[in-house]
Amino acid sequence: MMVLDIKNLSTHYHSRRGTIKAVDRVSLKIEEKEFVGIVGESGCGKSTLAFSIMRLISPPGEIVEGEILFRGRDLLKLSEEEMRRVRGKEIGMVFQDPMTSLDPLEKIGDQIIETIQMHEEVDKRSALEKAEELLESVGLPRNRVNYYPHQLSGGQRQRVMIALAIALNPTLLIADEPTTALDVIVQEKIMNILKGMTSEGRSIILITHDFSLASEKSDRIVIMYAGWIVEMGESSKLVNEPLHPYTKGLLDSVPDLWLDRKIKTMPGLPPDLVNPPRGCKFHPRCPKAMDVCKEREPTDATVNGRFVKCWLYEV
Amino acid sequence: MIVKNLATRIFKPIIPEAEGRNMVIAGLAIVSIILFMAIFADIIAPYNPTKFSGKPLSPPSPSNLMGTDNLGRDVFSRVIHGSRVVLMVVFSASAVSMAIGVPIGLISGYFGGKLDRAISMIMDSMYAFPSLILAIAIAAVLGPSVFNAVIAISVVYVPTYFRMTRGQTLSLKSRLFVEAARASGAGNLRIMRKYIFPNLVTTVIVVFSLSIADAILTEAGLSFLGFIVSAPTPDWGFDLSSGRPYLPSGYWWMITFPGAMVMILALGFALIGEGLSELYAPGRER
Amino acid sequence: MEILRVENLKKYFPVQKSFIEVLLSKELKFIKAVDGVSFGVKKGEILSLVGESGCGKTTVGRLITGLEEPTDGKIYFKGEDVSKLPKDRRKEIYRSIQIIFQDPYASLNPRMKIGEHITDPLLIHDIADNDTARKMAIEMLERVGLVPGEQFFNRLPYQLSGGQRQRVAIARAMVLNPEFIVADEAVSMIDVSLRAAILNLLLSFKEEYNLSMLFITHDLSVAKLVGERIAVMYLGRIVEIGDVDDVIHHPKHPYTAALLSAVPSFDKRDLKVDIRGDVSNPIDLPSGCRYNPRCPFADDKCKESEPELEGDDFHSFACWHPLDIEVE
Repeated sequence: MMVLDIKNLSTHYHSRRGTIKAVDRVSLKIEEKEFVGIVGESGCGKSTLAFSIMRLISPPGEIVEGEILFRGRDLLKLSEEEMRRVRGKEIGMVFQDPMTSLDPLEKIGDQIIETIQMHEEVDKRSALEKAEELLESVGLPRNRVNYYPHQLSGGQRQRVMIALAIALNPTLLIADEPTTALDVIVQEKIMNILKGMTSEGRSIILITHDFSLASEKSDRIVIMYAGWIVEMGESSKLVNEPLHPYTKGLLDSVPDLWLDRKIKTMPGLPPDLVNPPRGCKFHPRCPKAMDVCKEREPTDATVNGRFVKCWLYEV
Repeated sequence: MIVKNLATRIFKPIIPEAEGRNMVIAGLAIVSIILFMAIFADIIAPYNPTKFSGKPLSPPSPSNLMGTDNLGRDVFSRVIHGSRVVLMVVFSASAVSMAIGVPIGLISGYFGGKLDRAISMIMDSMYAFPSLILAIAIAAVLGPSVFNAVIAISVVYVPTYFRMTRGQTLSLKSRLFVEAARASGAGNLRIMRKYIFPNLVTTVIVVFSLSIADAILTEAGLSFLGFIVSAPTPDWGFDLSSGRPYLPSGYWWMITFPGAMVMILALGFALIGEGLSELYAPGRER
Repeated sequence: MEILRVENLKKYFPVQKSFIEVLLSKELKFIKAVDGVSFGVKKGEILSLVGESGCGKTTVGRLITGLEEPTDGKIYFKGEDVSKLPKDRRKEIYRSIQIIFQDPYASLNPRMKIGEHITDPLLIHDIADNDTARKMAIEMLERVGLVPGEQFFNRLPYQLSGGQRQRVAIARAMVLNPEFIVADEAVSMIDVSLRAAILNLLLSFKEEYNLSMLFITHDLSVAKLVGERIAVMYLGRIVEIGDVDDVIHHPKHPYTAALLSAVPSFDKRDLKVDIRGDVSNPIDLPSGCRYNPRCPFADDKCKESEPELEGDDFHSFACWHPLDIEVE
């Protein structure tokens, strides 16, 4: 069953220099229990996409067009009050820096209880019970309910954030670079917790700049470049046989522990988002650029069940 | 500083969306008009400010725009000429405070240790005094004269520059680019000159305008008490005190106009300072 | 020939006491950031130093570049004990050891032209006069890929992207013609697609000048790519060091193995080594092997005495119960 169906979504930022099309006509579907990794460099729009789903875009940003169907309901048509009920209860979100979202003066347990009681009519005792269970489910001892955020390590705080995000049992969890600030060992543990949640019926969107991490954990990978989804498909297939030249370039430029190979430099710089290149936004860096790429935006193609936005695959 | 708050309080309600840029422009306009007045006082002023030019104590009229004082001198001409002393005193005093406060703050903050603690203690105890009281005390010891007033006022504002420079230096010296300079072999002097000082300049300029705004009030206070000029030299603060005895009898114009000028000039500098700090606030630095 | 050798290097940072502790006159405590580190780097070799945040790897780099004074231990550069040298000779040595920092946004002076960042070291060391320094700087800018150099010379740091700024930092280090480079997480703040370019740039300098390098990173994939040898640090100590391929394919220390098993990869290996809990407190280190509270193989011996690094140049490790595994 489809959980999320984003159709033709555009989110723009208005700046003094001009309009930045952070998310540019993006369409994306998320199935039930699916783990989807959205991969891209800084400024590609992956975080804006996540914040758009949560409708957390504030001026100078603006969602200018599209639909975000969550279980059939268009989130963009909901009132702010209705949307507040969706956030946390139906879609949870984990941010990169847990310290910015945790209250330093309040015990972990109280923060979880507060979140639960904000949405559900339960007494304090059963809420506390639930909080302890949640901490346990993310691999923390139950007594951590009595700790303050500063008494925990970065990894433990991020686990608390995940516990908070799933406190109301949302069906979709968006994790925006949840482990970027953490060490690999902690990252591995947190990723496994997230991965385990899909078997409980949750869908996960992992937003990351780490291609290998995404390829390892996700069922499906979405590659974003300059506001576009340039390629999207099943993880192993996408990694073994990348279609889009950007995907290929990214794969070749990432050092890998177990693959014995030299890395290849990707030419050029990420595009200026106010004045992106004409035609395909990737063409100035593309080794396979053709004349048409400089003139016209590539159309969306499907090759062997995989989405790709590139003139090379035009029939 | 009082004037600093005043500037935003007065200016913001008039232009609610006041941005730093507008404030700087408004402030610069005020200051340059008064500066123009001071430079061309001889041409602008209709009468000699120290000579009899109308019936004593006559109210504002077309012939005497701001009326005349008890000795029949034209208040308008005195207001125009009065801008000279105040501008000269505050500019030179602030320049002296800056020239002393900034290097001491830089050295103190950069090297730290015992020297820093000793200097900071002296500066803090000076800073604890209300500026006018401290200025009066120094001026009283030195005796009344324009030169002594400059010394008194410059001593008062040294701690302002010191504290700002020291604080900034403390944070700058732990920045990575300073460390990088040290790694490429730069000595202390070079680091202070090329890596720390250029990053202080904007803040120094902000403090310069704000402390001038404050110094204008201090100058007016000193002048009011007779520590700067003596009759018949025109100066706003001094004229305030000579006009004061006549206020109860309804001769308001003798003190209103010089008083207003003091406020307007102070406001002008405060606007520049506030506007600049809004434009170059540390938080907004790239 | 070994160009750099550190022996039993230590750096302890005093812990700020709280007001109550001062009143009770509790004794001063120390964070043992670096606690007895020894290794050598051969001429023309890159040694990768890996470990998690807080393991002390950055402090090792700062000690070697002279930005920090060691609490104890010796640093030998080309056989000379650096601490025993007269001041001017030390300045000369630190000219031959340059550092590239992690954060390209903070490592450049916001009020100084790009070019001056590169001429400044030349002028400091009296290598060139103003005009020659300018010429050398422009050449160096073009060498690191900032073309045209003339134009980049006059720009200010905020006009450059992170990747370009890191190139400036590399140019600043390389213009002094150093023999040894400490690269402290030099690519971890750079965009993924630009990282390869920066790494390849560093490697090309290494080839051209037969540079030696200490490459500090938390990323094992990068460590493996650039390093000929690798050292793994845990809580202020090196737990395993040796030839990069041998360490990665035959990890001896359980911590190395745990790290390897956690690194994301396109071609992940089936390697499951357990690691328990969180990193211990560097102020109150556990007795015995400092890894024992987290180690699945720890026994009484591990809790009592601390193992020393044992082995040869090719591979040594500090563990009482080394693993015997092979990862293909």
